[in-house]
Order: sequence, then structure tokens, then C-alpha cells
Amino acid sequence: MNIVASDITSQSFDILIIGAGGAGLRAAIETRSRGLSTAVVCKSLFGKAHTVMAEGGIAASLGNVYPEDGWKVHFRDTMRGGKMLNNWRMAQLHAQEAPDRVLELEAWGALFDRTEDGRIHQRDFGGHKYARLAHVGDRTGLEMIRTLQYKAISMGIEVFMECKILRLLTDSSGNVCGAIGYWRPSGDLILFKAKAVILATGGIGKSWKYTSNSWESTGDGHALAFQVGADMIDMECVQFHPTGMVWPLSVRGLLVTEGVRGDGGVLRNSNNERFMFNYIPDMFRAETADTEEEADRWYADHSSARRTPDLLPRDEVARAINSEVKAGRGSPHGGVFLDIATRLTPDEIKRKLPSMYTQFLELAGVDITRQPMEVGPTCHYMMGGVRVDAETEAATVPGLFAAGEVAGGMHGANRLGGNSLSDLVVFGRRAGIGAADHAEGFSGTPEPEMGQALEAANEAMRPFNDENGESPYTLQADLQDCMQRLVGIIRTEAELRQALEKISELKDRLGRVSVNGGKQYNPSWNLATDLPSMLSLSEMVTRGALERKESRGGHTRDDYPQPDPELGKVNFVQRKRDGEHSIQPEPLLKMPDELKALFEDEH
Amino acid sequence: MTEVTMNIWRGDSNGGNFEQYKLERVEGEVVLDVVHRIQATLAPDLACRWNCKAGKCGSCSAEIDGKPSLMCMTRMDTLPNDTITITPMKTFPIIKDLVTDVSFNYVMARQIPPFTPGKPQPDGTYRMQQVDIDRAQEFHKCIECFLCQDVCHVIRDHEVNKLYYAGPRFFVKLASLEMHPLDTVDRRALMREYLGLGFCNITKCCTEVCPEHIKITDNAIIPLKERVVDASYDPIAWLGRKIRRKSKMTAQEAYELAPARVAPTSLDGIPATAVED
Amino acid sequence: MTIAQEQGTVPQVVPVEIGKARGGPTDKSTLRTDRWWVSPAVTVTVLTSFVAYATFAAFQGKDYYVGAKMHRNLISPFYSPCIAESCQRVAGSHPLGIWASFWNFSPALLILIVPLGFRLTCYYYRKAYYRSFWQSPPACGVADGHKNYTGETRFPLILHNVHRYFLYLALLFNVVLTMDAILAFDFPGQGIGFSVGTLVLCVNAALLWIYSVSCHACRHICGGQINEFSKHRIRYRLWKMITPLNERHMQLAWVSLIFVALSDLYVRLVASGIIHDYKIF
Repeated sequence: MNIVASDITSQSFDILIIGAGGAGLRAAIETRSRGLSTAVVCKSLFGKAHTVMAEGGIAASLGNVYPEDGWKVHFRDTMRGGKMLNNWRMAQLHAQEAPDRVLELEAWGALFDRTEDGRIHQRDFGGHKYARLAHVGDRTGLEMIRTLQYKAISMGIEVFMECKILRLLTDSSGNVCGAIGYWRPSGDLILFKAKAVILATGGIGKSWKYTSNSWESTGDGHALAFQVGADMIDMECVQFHPTGMVWPLSVRGLLVTEGVRGDGGVLRNSNNERFMFNYIPDMFRAETADTEEEADRWYADHSSARRTPDLLPRDEVARAINSEVKAGRGSPHGGVFLDIATRLTPDEIKRKLPSMYTQFLELAGVDITRQPMEVGPTCHYMMGGVRVDAETEAATVPGLFAAGEVAGGMHGANRLGGNSLSDLVVFGRRAGIGAADHAEGFSGTPEPEMGQALEAANEAMRPFNDENGESPYTLQADLQDCMQRLVGIIRTEAELRQALEKISELKDRLGRVSVNGGKQYNPSWNLATDLPSMLSLSEMVTRGALERKESRGGHTRDDYPQPDPELGKVNFVQRKRDGEHSIQPEPLLKMPDELKALFEDEH
Repeated sequence: MTEVTMNIWRGDSNGGNFEQYKLERVEGEVVLDVVHRIQATLAPDLACRWNCKAGKCGSCSAEIDGKPSLMCMTRMDTLPNDTITITPMKTFPIIKDLVTDVSFNYVMARQIPPFTPGKPQPDGTYRMQQVDIDRAQEFHKCIECFLCQDVCHVIRDHEVNKLYYAGPRFFVKLASLEMHPLDTVDRRALMREYLGLGFCNITKCCTEVCPEHIKITDNAIIPLKERVVDASYDPIAWLGRKIRRKSKMTAQEAYELAPARVAPTSLDGIPATAVED
Repeated sequence: MTIAQEQGTVPQVVPVEIGKARGGPTDKSTLRTDRWWVSPAVTVTVLTSFVAYATFAAFQGKDYYVGAKMHRNLISPFYSPCIAESCQRVAGSHPLGIWASFWNFSPALLILIVPLGFRLTCYYYRKAYYRSFWQSPPACGVADGHKNYTGETRFPLILHNVHRYFLYLALLFNVVLTMDAILAFDFPGQGIGFSVGTLVLCVNAALLWIYSVSCHACRHICGGQINEFSKHRIRYRLWKMITPLNERHMQLAWVSLIFVALSDLYVRLVASGIIHDYKIF
């Protein structure tokens, strides 16, 4: 089939937001409250975004449990967790504004767990000095998305569900001013025109075999932005969450919240040894307990004891688990043991970790109040992404904004647990303001170039024209296998080069993919249209990983096992100019001296 | 028991029928895994919704051997038969195969006056005790899988009632608002007169199918019915209101606060075509 | 039609499109393969048996009281409080006899209105008989046995909303039945004692109390209607006590129902001389 302009219907809005998770909805609330017509587009049903999967909590220095907490402490934790690769200004804004955003959620109806005096309770999490995560049991993300969802409903925000965006469109002078996509239920094409476009598409995990992410996390936003020439930073920094389920195979990768460890759970190897004590890095040695007795005491009293190594930042824990398994001290199914059963009473476990309890009971037949869980690393989060201005979340292409996981810089080389939910609302709001300002300053009507739309549409329809090509499922499986084996948690130059070759081979094969059946809700076609994003994203990750010849945060190179102080001063920036994919180091933003002072006790 | 036959309804609004797929059994699999294997090998265009595959998003609702269930939380080894039947949710219009048009729910969500808190503390924040929010927190566990809406015979077997009946999911939502310690809107008359609370005959199927194990009937619907009795059927409560000069909100007053009235979107504009049941 | 529609006050019809094609087979009422019909069948059997027995017992108008002649003071719960005129003749010295002289039929017919009303409007029994007798629906995912459905929005089912008033009356009755149980410790001519009959009446009263207190309306009135529990500590405690009972409302409904019938049967058998009420001490 050949698509012509008359096959495409179009709709115009002031603001187009791609993604209806926490960041997208928070941005929409901001632009709508400014009186701008706002459309939110999402690939799934409204309210199913990946934000619902967030479990542990939302980090904000409310100081409800530890009054000595404040934004500076939170800022310091975030920067250190990110191995100082973060955009310091984003980390500062995030730490300063997160408490207001949490209180705002409460005013919109969210019901966080309470302290004795009726304030929001906060829990301990990896890398956070104080108990800082506002939470609702272990389903905080669900609470957040529902709150934002019903807030959006009450404001009359248009949400276009089950709509896949294929490409961002620019006008003749290069401003992003629209997007082309199709409705999944009908397969019909739709063109959105808007004065500003906010990307809030979330994650990338689906390019790996074992991931905590859903099918939606195909890196669409990363690919869309890259294609229109936006700068992408830190694409090598992928977080592997240390605790994903490892058995049964069908749920391998499914997340086990860090809240298990925050509430007292400990990691053990097959010798029943709490091995994390052997993996305390120098950077955290001063503030980490070195005996089990001190670690246990810390849960009740943070002032006289140092924190348990089970709650080191995620990159450290994931590497430690990886090493234990490699050394032959793993659990029967290739993970390690996470034990909460001997640490809390069954009642406490069911109350504090209800969804973990049911998840293991129903999916693995494991009763976590009596048995340990088996866990192992799982691809979880993308620290890198679209390079944005810290204040407005504007990308380097005019008219384009990005917030949430798709934006880079905030988390540096490694994200702390709980910082993603706060990232969503802090920068979702800022992106909304930035985009609204841009839209209000936009004169005339957005005129995206039709040629781009037709090109994207015809490319998307191509698999229908091919009769006996390859199945998109095979291609996806091959990509996932390649990324899992070669661009996983521990990387080497040789494997990364192998991966690049494989990706380029898969790109060739993409042109020969074919699908059967009609356009109407056809999952194989839907997958075929996701594959370009997955491949583009995988290529960016692999190239970034090749360039960063050091180990830092989520990026670990077996051939360069130590951090390189010089590389710690740069972001690797990838961009596409005239069809050429380039990558080069560019210096980080310079942190002002008064903030630098916060890190002066470091060695 | 090494092979299993999946009997899956394939079709769209023009009709359809069952197709059989025979597969090997794999240890530890859930129904959704098997559907995915069918997609990857036997029927690439078999449509089904899914997202998280962990019972948290509520996308993969379908009917397994006639029982509304989440495909991702139904383990194959819990199903007694060697032939397993999967059909789309019956209550909603079909789109394709196992995918239904659930927009009924998104329209209904717009008929409910939103959370409207009272005045905050002087420092601008709110105080709530844990005991005050325990009940509403149970309702906030809802993952909007709409299985309760699907199983509810009020609309499952009587299409015309869709025009006047919010359904269990939204009674849960209403209960969470009504029991929210900060909320100030009175939705009792609205529930009785416009949202069809009286249609529910508390046969508890919603509670039976709820994957989050929310006690929808006992903890949400019945307490709401009792609150409606307070507002409309109890002479002693009426007398109490007269003496204490308390007023209640009328259905119309409450409805004027609903998003469908305050901030309409394209979802509110579909012309209703009434049919005879 | 809702109330609002009958009154013509619906502001606008909810814009749901109806009448569109649905998926799945259209020729079957259910695809369930389990024995879903067992539960409604059991309900029908037990409730029918109870009604049959209660009708038989209520129309007897005799053998409901074991009095001084047998050195006992046992009255059937079906006949207490014995307010009919006929009680005077049969009950003899029963101290709770309040005589409604206009009533010439079996006193049970008058008395049973309250427990019957209470159980008929009970949230659990409603589920039970809607599913089993009325087939609306027979089981989850099984098609409703009726073409039209208006639920509890119209007369007579709208009367279910008076459930709490039946609760109040039932609680009064429980007081009476408790007094009956206490009086059953009195053995005329033999002093204070304890027999199987005493035990039966005590257990019966206790079960009826627990069943009544576990009622949804009771849970609501005691605390459920409050939004801020922290400001009503006592009512919160009551609610907290009732909640676990309420979770077992179904079990309590069945146990207390069956036991009431057994209590009547026991008294009846003793009164008619078929068995002897064994005195324990």
C-alpha cells in the first residue's frame, strides 16, 4: 500500500505530549492549567504507563522522619550516586522542588503512608542518607499515576490512547511542530500539529532479554529525538536493577522492589553469607557498616550506626551479585538469595510489602514470609537520554522538550532508587512550563512538512508489502539476545564491537521484515514499527559504551575496571547531522563553588 | 500433560470463532506467556493487550475458561483442563481477538466529581492519620483492569444499563473519595440518582474476580449503599440533619462538579443511541 | 430506568455508545467448566428446607413451650416474645407473655416477621437468593436468567434500604431471646440448673447476637459512616471490632439460621414428650 496525504487525518493542539506516564501527565497538567489545548498520546491505555510499576517510593527531603534532611543532603546523595556525571543544575532543582511536588500530589488526592503525627511517612532506600522515600506500601507508582490520571481527567486533558508515534515532524525552518503516528486499534494514520512537543516516553528495557520494563519501553522517545537531530547524552549509562526475579523463566527480570532491603531484607549467597560486606567501594566506606551487628542496628537508629551495605547504590549491588554468581556462589536458578523471612514477621511482610508477597506467591509459588527470594540483576532504567536545558527541559532542537526517563543528565551515571518518581513530577512540571512558554511565543500556525509524514507512514506500512520476509518476533528475539549477551551489565571492547556488527546486520534485516493480517490491532505489525526505535536505541547505547573507556555507575567495562577522572568530566554526546551519527566527549556543566563545597570531605 | 490446547476466540465486530493452537507446556508459565508463544510462532497477528506482565497494570484482562481473569496472573498449572478457552471480555464491544473497546470506563470516569480537599494546615500541608486512610488505601490498590465491570451482570447481561450505571470500578473510586478524610463533596445523591448504585444487587462477582483482592462489595459498595440510606431513606438521619441544620448536596449540584460538565473533552460528545433491551 | 430518569431529571445521558458487537461466542450462557451451579443449588436446598420447616413450625401453634409441668422454662425462639393471645393459654406462667388479644392465629406468624424481615433485607442473604432463586446472576460469568433488570432501584426491592430498622428490631428481639436463655436456668420446683435445653437457648441467643452485630448496617452505624476515625476513637474501636465479624457474616448467617431451627426443633421435641431434656447439673 502506498500512503498519500489524503490517507492521513490531522488534529491541531498547542501542546503535544508523547507519553502518559508520570512526566507526561504532570506536564499536561501544567500546560492545561495555562489554558493551552493539550493532547497526550500514549501507546497503551490511559493509566497503564510504566510508572505503575514503580514500587518503593518517591524521594523528597520532606524531613518528616529525619528533620535533619534537606535538599542539600538529597542533592549530594544524588550526585554521588550518579558518580558526579549528573547535570548538577538538574540535580539541584530536583532536590529543591521534590518536596513541593510530593505535597502537591497529596493535595490532589494521593494517600501516602503516614507517620504518627499525620505527616507523610518516609522509608530508607539505597544511596539515600536519610529515610526519604514517601511511599504507599510497595505500590507508590500506582498511587502516583492514578492521582495524576484523575487530576488530568478533572482538567479536561485530551488523552489519545493506543496511538503509536512514528516520527517527529519539523517545519521548513527545523522547529519540531508535530508528529505522525497511527491508532493501534484501527491502524489508521494520524498527524498531530502542535506548537511544542514534549517527549515523555520513558524507558528502553525491551531491547534486553531480561528486563523489568514492559513492551512499551522500546526507547521510542530516544529514537524520535535522535532522528530530528537532538543531542543525546550518557547513552551508555543503563541501570541494571540488582533485584529482579530469576525464576520461573517466564517472569525473569520482573522487579523486586528495593523496599525489601529498605525494610530490612538482606542479600545472601549460597553459603548463607551476607556477601555485600565484601563489596563496599572506597567512596562509600566511611559511611557503610562493616559488621552485621552494626548494619542491623542501623535500621532502627541511623545516628549511632552506619548504613547496611545491602543498601549501597544499585550499580554496586548489581555488580556484587553478578560477581557472586560468577564465582559459583549463586542460587539454584542463577541469582542470589534475598531474605526477608528471617528479618520481619509474616504480618509485617504482608503489610509493608503486599505486592511482593502476592507476586512471589502467585507467580513463583514462593512464600516470602517463609522462604528467601531468588534475585538477580535486570535491565531497569536509562540514565542517558535527550540533552535538555535544566530549567526548561528544552532539547537542543527548537520546539522539542523532554522529561522523565527519556531526558538525560539528571541521574548521571547511576540513578538512586526513588529519584525517578520525583524526577517525573519535578521535570514534568518544568517541561510543561517550558513548552507552554514556547507555545505562547510561537506566532502563526504549526506547519509540519508533509513529506516527512508521508515518508514515515510509508516506511511503517512497508512490512505489509512484503509477503515472505522475516518475522518481527525473530528480529526482536535476536536483538534482545545480542544486547543481553554483549551489552549487558559487564562490557568489553570486543563484545561491544561484535554487538555493533550484529545491530547493523539487524538493521539490514529490518528492511526485509514482513507481517501478515490487517492493520487493525496487529501486534506483529506494531512490533515491526517499534523495532526501528529499539535498533536505533541499541546502537546509541553500544556506541556510547564503546567510547567511555572506564567504569562508572551503570556502565562497567571489564577492560577498564576503574573510573577515569578525566572521563568523569565529560558527557559523550551523540547526534545525527546530515544522516551521520557522531559521538564526541563534551565537558560537563561547571558546578558553582558553594555546591562543590558539599563534596569537600571526599577523598 | 506435556501438551496443551489453547482455544482462542478470533474475530472482530463482524463476528468470529474459536481457533485451536496446540503447544508444549513449559514449567512455571502463565496464560499470557502461552499467548505470546502463539503470537511468536503460530499466529503473529493474534491481538491481545498487555503491559507489565506482573499484575500491576491491569491490561491483559480476558476470560479464561469463562472466568474473567488477568492472563498474566493465571498460572497454567492452576487450570485443571488440557484444553483452555480464552475469550475477550464479554461486556465491552469487541475490537479484535482478545482486545475490547473499554472506553465505557473512561467515559464513566468523567461523570464523577473529582477529589476536592478542604483547607490545609497553616503551613500549607495536610495532616491525616493512618487509621483515616486505611480504607481508602485499599481502594487505591485498584489497577483498573475492569474485570469487575466485565463480570457485573448489570451491564454484562443488560446492555442498556450502561447508560445509567457506573459499575463496581467506579463505586470503588466513589468510595475512596467519599471516605477520603480531606474530601468535601457529597456524592450520595448523585450515586443514587445518576450513577445507578441501586442497580447493584450485591451478588459479589466483582469481589470474586478482583485481582487486587479489594473487597469491593463489603468495603466499598455496601458502605456506599448505607451512606445513601443515611442521605435518602432514613427518617432518623433526616431528622438529625434538620436539627443540626446540615444540608446534603443534590445529585444535580454534585454532577455540576463532574469533569464531563466542568471540563468536557471529545469523550463527552458521543451521541448516545439508546436501544431496547 | 433510574429514579432520576423516571422523574425526568437526568441532566444528560452518559455518552456511552451501546449496542455495538461484542466478542466471544453468542450461543452459550457461560464458558465456565467448573461446577459453578453447586453453590446456588446448595443455597436453594438449605433455604427451602428452612422455610419449609419454619412454616410447619409456625403453623403448629403448639409444643413451643416447655413449662412448669416438666420442671423446665424453655420457649422456642420462633415463638418468643410470645405476644399473641394464644400464648396465655399455652405458655402458662411464661413471664414474657405479652398478650395481643386480637391475634388468634399462631403467635409465630406475628413474631417471625422481624427475623424474616431482617434476614430478607440482609446484604448477605440478598446475594444468596438473588443468585440461587432469582438467577440474577446464577454465578459469576454465567448469564442472568432475566431479560430485564432494574436491581434495587424500584419497589419492592428498593425496600431493602430499611435493613437498618430491621436491625434495630432484631436487636430488641435478641434482648428477649437472651432473657429466655437466662430464664432457662430456672427449673420450676427444682431451683437453678443447667440442661441441654439451657445450652441450646444460650448458644442460639449468642449466635443471633453475633450475626446481628456482624451486619453491614450495624458496621456502618457504629463507625463506617465516619470519614475521620482518628477524631472518633470509640466509634472507630467499635467499627474495628465489628469488621472481622462482618467478614464472616455469611458463615454467621448460615450457622445462626440453622441453629434457630434446631432450637425450635429441640423445644418442640421436648414439649411434645418425644425426648427428655437432659439435666446436666
